[in-house]
Amino acid sequence: MDLDALTGCLASSACLVTQTTSGFIIGMLLFLVAVGLTLIFGVLKVVNFSHGAFYMFGAYFAMTAYQLSGSFALAMLCGAAGTAILGLIFERVFMSRVYGADVLMQLLVCYAFVLIFDDVVRMIWGPEFKSMGMPAAFQVAPLFIAGGVVPPYYLLLIGVALAAAMILGLGLARTRIGKVIRAAAHNPGMVSALGINTGLIYGGVFALGGMLAGLAGALAAPVRSLTPGMGFSVLIESFIVTVIGGMGSILGALIGALLIGLIRSFGSLGFPLFTEGLMYLFMVIVLVSRPTGLFGKEVA
Amino acid sequence: MTRTRKPGVSRRATLAMMGAGALTFASPWLARAQAKTIKIGMPTILSGRVAQLGTSSRNAVMLEIEKVNAAGGLAGRQIEMVIRDSKGQPQEAARVARELVNTDGCEILIDAEASSGAFAVHEVARDLGVLCLHTNSETSALSADPKQHIPNAFRTARQGVHDSIVGGSYAAAIAKAKGLKKWATCSPDYAYGRDTTGEFVTYLKRFAPDIEIISESWPKLFQPDYTEVVTKILQAKPQALYSCLWGGDLTSYIDQANIYALFSQMEVFAVNMADYTALTVVKNLPKGIHSGNRYIKTYPATPENAAWGDAYKAKYNEYPTNWSWENATAIMLLAEASKKANSADGKKIAEAMRGLKIKSPFGADGTVTMRAEDQTLVGYAIGWGTTIPQEPYVPQVQAGDWKTIFELEAEWKKSKGYT
Repeated sequence: MDLDALTGCLASSACLVTQTTSGFIIGMLLFLVAVGLTLIFGVLKVVNFSHGAFYMFGAYFAMTAYQLSGSFALAMLCGAAGTAILGLIFERVFMSRVYGADVLMQLLVCYAFVLIFDDVVRMIWGPEFKSMGMPAAFQVAPLFIAGGVVPPYYLLLIGVALAAAMILGLGLARTRIGKVIRAAAHNPGMVSALGINTGLIYGGVFALGGMLAGLAGALAAPVRSLTPGMGFSVLIESFIVTVIGGMGSILGALIGALLIGLIRSFGSLGFPLFTEGLMYLFMVIVLVSRPTGLFGKEVA
Repeated sequence: MTRTRKPGVSRRATLAMMGAGALTFASPWLARAQAKTIKIGMPTILSGRVAQLGTSSRNAVMLEIEKVNAAGGLAGRQIEMVIRDSKGQPQEAARVARELVNTDGCEILIDAEASSGAFAVHEVARDLGVLCLHTNSETSALSADPKQHIPNAFRTARQGVHDSIVGGSYAAAIAKAKGLKKWATCSPDYAYGRDTTGEFVTYLKRFAPDIEIISESWPKLFQPDYTEVVTKILQAKPQALYSCLWGGDLTSYIDQANIYALFSQMEVFAVNMADYTALTVVKNLPKGIHSGNRYIKTYPATPENAAWGDAYKAKYNEYPTNWSWENATAIMLLAEASKKANSADGKKIAEAMRGLKIKSPFGADGTVTMRAEDQTLVGYAIGWGTTIPQEPYVPQVQAGDWKTIFELEAEWKKSKGYT
């Protein structure tokens, strides 16, 4: 434990800015993965354990697109669009068959695909780790804000993730499609009886969730090494986020992810040997005091 | 009327039984034919983030086995490799190792595991008494600690304490020249990371006593994001940074530290940088990172080493890794020891291997030695240099001096209570 370092940091604006942005970067990528997870659970009522694979595919798609075209924007687009299509196919062909089934059955299907997707990546891109490399446009000196260090690429990353959060939140709350999705989450039988194609809604939501995870992977590709199985560690943290924020709540996922990010960045200063433990400890406290999560609704 | 099967033995069952009987009688002959070959079991990591290193271990072993088999095998017996994936999990490595010996009938084990798995396989070797060559674990205690010592286990890998002595003296010289007094460390949080960093700091301080460690970070192994560690180091404002992160973890760390311009703010000493797996993957390799040699075909700068590196590349279309030379050395030693003992028996090979000195492309003076007292490899090429972003990546390597290494290693063993 190193409380001096922590209090010292809290007293200096430079350190505060640096550590807060560092927490936001970790949190925002986590949010993109976790929000897909929570959305799919909210509407489809399945826990998608293979969600980490979409993060992985997003990163690989982006890397390949970037290598072929040299365009960073196109790489992001390919990462997101590719995983959306993959999500749609995965949901329609496999997941839709196990909706009514036992939770264990769903888990088994998802876990099988964790292994299958990892092997597919290994077959296409090889077992060795890869690096996409930072696009030339972002190979610039970091910015100094109030003495704190902020890399420009991370500003973009936070911006894109925040924009995704806002579009998603507003879209669900304000648009007609959003209302249909919320209705389908609440009472799929009734929605179906009203002549709305719930299969399409389900596929769409799964594709959206996959796309967000893919976008996270694509955004992470320039700074994280790419390897088969890379989705797994992200998935575990995403679960912690959804448990803290409340399953099915988008705002919960955002707050939960940012909290985890901040716990990591400030925890590594104050409790360098217990940063991981802090996350779990926080989760336990939330679970004990609010079993449905910070923003979760009581299950009727 | 339907035909029902009569009770008793059917014709088909009789035929099957006769077939089985024939096989049983024929099998002593089959078994004798199989005994001509000798099976060597090899648990290694073929999936997950370290898979590339495991694959490069397998490649190097197969490259050497081909040569040994072409020259007649181990005392006339052709070698058959049985290579299994441990997924990098210690309990799986132990299970696979046991199975290779008990079920597959392997008579020798090549333990191509990282340190986490090597200690587990070591216990299996202790239990079964089978000849075991640790090829990848560089944790010093595996051979230095007398509690770990068993007559049938050898290490053909470099050793953390050797790297630390050479690295410590190299870094101390630079620290004195450039006035680097405040240091930070950042290494993975497991046996190898902790031990190697501790040893490096010990020798750094020994050669340059006024150095101070002002910040330590211990990210966990295979952590995807190091941002919080990078910013923590930036806050501490050290003049130099030591890290023994490796493989994909190191390349992630470099990519993430790069956008914080960390490399322009301090001298970086990353012992595992100069390995082709990391060098060829990082797109924007910062110039001037200090690194120990891992495997590089230009050091030692001999035709033998260059030829070995090129032969590997010609066969597998990529450069060998640190794990490659360590595994190749295991096979070279096995072949020589078996020749000396004129036997493929594990115990006799072990006897012949103790103290054995062989010609090697990876030797500091063209030879490597399996030191008898602790059954670990010495005399291999070891040195430090700075990186450039294109071939030959580390243009000039300063060789470590084995005389100094031996002296300080003996002292270190004493201080640890090992001798």
